[in-house]
Amino acid sequence: MSSGEGPAVRPGTATFESSASIDRAGPLVAARLALLRDLRLAFRQRGQLVQPLAFFAMVILLFPLAVSPELARLREMAPGVLWVAALLASLLALEFLFRDDAHDGTLEQYALSGHSLTWLLFAKISAHWLLTGLPLALMAPLAGLSLGVPPQALPAIVGSVAVGTAALSLIGSIGAALTLGVKRSGALLSLLTVPLSLPVLIFGARATQLAISGGPLLAPLELLGALAVLGVTLAPLAAAAAVRISLE
Amino acid sequence: MRAFLDMGGYAAYVWPAYAVTLAVVVLNIVWARRSLARARAEARRRQSLKEAA
Amino acid sequence: MSWAWFHRLASPPYVYALARRLTPWFAWPAALAIVGGLWGGLVLAPPDYQQGDGFRIIYVHAPSAWMSLMVYTTMAVAAAVGLIWRIKIAHAVAASCAPIGASFTFAALVTGALWGEPMWGTYWQWDPRLTSELILLFLYLGYMGLRAALEDTTRADRASALLAVVGVVNVPIIHYSVTWWNSLHQAPSVMRLGRPTMPASMLVPLLLMLLGFTLYFVAVLLVRLRAEVLSRERAASWVREALSA
Repeated sequence: MSSGEGPAVRPGTATFESSASIDRAGPLVAARLALLRDLRLAFRQRGQLVQPLAFFAMVILLFPLAVSPELARLREMAPGVLWVAALLASLLALEFLFRDDAHDGTLEQYALSGHSLTWLLFAKISAHWLLTGLPLALMAPLAGLSLGVPPQALPAIVGSVAVGTAALSLIGSIGAALTLGVKRSGALLSLLTVPLSLPVLIFGARATQLAISGGPLLAPLELLGALAVLGVTLAPLAAAAAVRISLE
Repeated sequence: MRAFLDMGGYAAYVWPAYAVTLAVVVLNIVWARRSLARARAEARRRQSLKEAA
Repeated sequence: MSWAWFHRLASPPYVYALARRLTPWFAWPAALAIVGGLWGGLVLAPPDYQQGDGFRIIYVHAPSAWMSLMVYTTMAVAAAVGLIWRIKIAHAVAASCAPIGASFTFAALVTGALWGEPMWGTYWQWDPRLTSELILLFLYLGYMGLRAALEDTTRADRASALLAVVGVVNVPIIHYSVTWWNSLHQAPSVMRLGRPTMPASMLVPLLLMLLGFTLYFVAVLLVRLRAEVLSRERAASWVREALSA
């Protein structure tokens, strides 16, 4: 496959074929290259990365304004508010998981490259989480403090949101792959992702609640972890199948 | 008869439940038949276009 | 063993004619079974020791819940067949199942809420079974929404089929949730290994209702399937004769 033909490639992106050693490389090497590529490209468009974070902050901000400025009341709502905001921000971020690569044909190249599409997508999803989920997890303590969450609960919040957003990126990738190229797919993507991610929401909020009240939060955290592990093993497979269907 | 309608005091829950289920049962029948009628009309139109061609 | 009958099932004109012939064979027995079940459940069965006459909601709630799961499973199996063997008619079957399943999931949730309020004191709880049943409703809606959003029929078929198959994991979760977790919802008393724990006068009408609804589902499915097949094949030559029949 010559690199001069096909849809226009974004300037500065290396095509797979331009590196001769890739053809002989195993799936992990290809995945690592895909991951680095995604990270590099994302840093050139840093503005886009801020959007989900800004959205998260705005949603959190709305609650004290709309409901009550009393910290005691906010603390009660904090687990739910934090997780709903995180879920919504993640849904927003999901829209650019595949968007650019589907648009310029890179996704097609991935599918045709002969490398494991499952691993390549796992790399993309990992990059996506590093760029959106992890920052959300790091922002969550600030949000928590503004909602009256006691400081000792903060580490647990960072941990649970980090794991939860990872699960969300994985689950959401399936819906994103199914709706490739569909115009204004936001609502449909939410409809497809929310049902499968409800357990994440429920356990994440429970873990946060127990962290605030000082209770035994190991159980919901473990379940959250189990969901993430399940997601890691199954979601890239399903997403790869979905991508192939969408590109047929 | 009165006792039947009263459902041992639970009438406010039992009868709406039956009503909702009946509504869904009827709705499905109506909906299915309508979609078949529409499909037949569409097919007829398409077939007559084909014949005219 | 001759597989000819199986291959015929993949042929749209054959399926269309067969569906038309079979529908009354399911519709009338369904009506009979449901009427019989209603009579047995509402009139003949004695009031429950704990719940009085309120327990009679079971005769609409359990069939609705059963439908929501059974229809989804049918849909997922048809979707899988369509995905693996690329048989178009299987996708038509799956598409026909979705609206039926969605409406009965809704009925199950509503009748469940109406039963929960007097018995548990609440219309809703975020317990595993209720939550996963709600997830099921969203899965149906997502399936139908995805189909509607994708214009190319083949892509719509295959994408929604993948969704249906991925979501089927929810069905055993719904069924076993009451045994795996401490749930508000009662443990299964009919669909379990070993003998059911209900007395015969209450059980028989329930089984009749379950049977009746199942037969009803097949009848409605057959009507929808005909509509689906027609709309996919409307330009085909066999349609002309089929329409005048």
